[in-house]
Amino acid sequence: MNKKSPITVFVAVGIGAALFFVLGRFVAIPSPVPNTNISLQYGLLAFMAALFGPLAGALIAFIGHALIDFSYGWGVWWSWVIASAVAGLIMGFGCKKINLEKNFGKKEIGIFNVVQVVAHLVAWGVVAPVLDILIYAEPANKVFTQGLVGGIANIVTTAIVGTLLAIAFSAAKPKAGSLKKEA
Amino acid sequence: MSSIFNYIERKSVIHELTGATKLLVLILWSFAAMTTFDTRFLAVLPILAIILFSLSKIKFKDVSFLLWFTFIFMVLNNLLIYLFSPEHGVSIYGTRTLLFKGLGRWTITAEQLFYQLNVVLKYLATIPVVILFVSTTDPSEFASSLNRIGISYKVAYSVSLALRYIPDIQREFKDIMISQQARGLEMASKKQNLIKRLKNAAAMLFPLIISSMDRIETIANAMELRGFGKRKKRTWYSSRPFKASDYLALFLAIALLIISLSLNFVNQGRYFNPFV
Repeated sequence: MNKKSPITVFVAVGIGAALFFVLGRFVAIPSPVPNTNISLQYGLLAFMAALFGPLAGALIAFIGHALIDFSYGWGVWWSWVIASAVAGLIMGFGCKKINLEKNFGKKEIGIFNVVQVVAHLVAWGVVAPVLDILIYAEPANKVFTQGLVGGIANIVTTAIVGTLLAIAFSAAKPKAGSLKKEA
Repeated sequence: MSSIFNYIERKSVIHELTGATKLLVLILWSFAAMTTFDTRFLAVLPILAIILFSLSKIKFKDVSFLLWFTFIFMVLNNLLIYLFSPEHGVSIYGTRTLLFKGLGRWTITAEQLFYQLNVVLKYLATIPVVILFVSTTDPSEFASSLNRIGISYKVAYSVSLALRYIPDIQREFKDIMISQQARGLEMASKKQNLIKRLKNAAAMLFPLIISSMDRIETIANAMELRGFGKRKKRTWYSSRPFKASDYLALFLAIALLIISLSLNFVNQGRYFNPFV
């Protein structure tokens, strides 16, 4: 992450949450399992968290996910909203060393993906199910299976969409010293 | 914006409450419904919610499509709970009253039915209030309400920005999708495998990301030039002063939460147990 002015971070949270919302609410990629869609927004989240840091990652996920729940009207599932925020937070912390605007090579791709796998496993394998048990007293085997299935789907999505976005973004930025003085 | 969040403008007592009051009531109400599993309390909340609905002059047909979503979600979730843990109720209530033998481990016990009734009641207790909040709160008042209840105005402003730019981004994404499809990039086609579909999705997202980054920079510069973030506080165009009805609503919501919390002591735990 490159040092950003605090105002830029809060604007990035706003625009990031809007992107998260649009991808989560209106963009449907059918998955092999009937009636379930792939959540593209987590690929975007990993990218934004790597670029703008942990606070932005957590807030983008929290606001975006809560707005999606509000707009569907099935109630706000705070357990899953909080899990999303945790995923964004971990992604932001883990990718602190990566500077997307400078370099995103093999090593950075590795770090980026290890971090996103850990983030999704903690969020959907631990935080969401435990909160579901605490708040809604749901059966443990049900919530852990749900969390794991969702988590794995999100890991695959983030690995492909998030990585490709980061590579493309980094390639599009002009590098320092890329200009040469003509002889 | 109202098309996304279903804000319906009417003249009613509920509409006249400030956004901050409604947000606080929503939070207190959700907590009250979340903490307890007392069936009697959970059965009263939906009735209160129906009374609030009639006060708000929001009609059933205004929100029926939202209720359909909820209904399907509720049925699916209950089915899953039963499939995964057909005797969860037995472990919660500590007794076992077999009604039908059923198939293998899928027995039907009175405890399970009672537990799932509680799950259904939890939906009925929380979801109408969320729908009511969404349909009676003007989105432009929402951000100032967040600030009112103690959230930093910078975060509140982020929410406000998100609400402001959702329609723009939605339109832009649609344009990008159509033009990429014209070049032969397909995202939702069932003919391609999943990996290919995801790769295409990334290719479609990329132009959107680049333009969003520009947008972030432009907005941030504009806000910086106007001195955003310099002071500790700011004022909001859409904020309104609290009235007597606001205090009354807050008082009632706090009372609900206190009742819910005290029930934990009455029942000696979260569950109301009719089986012992």
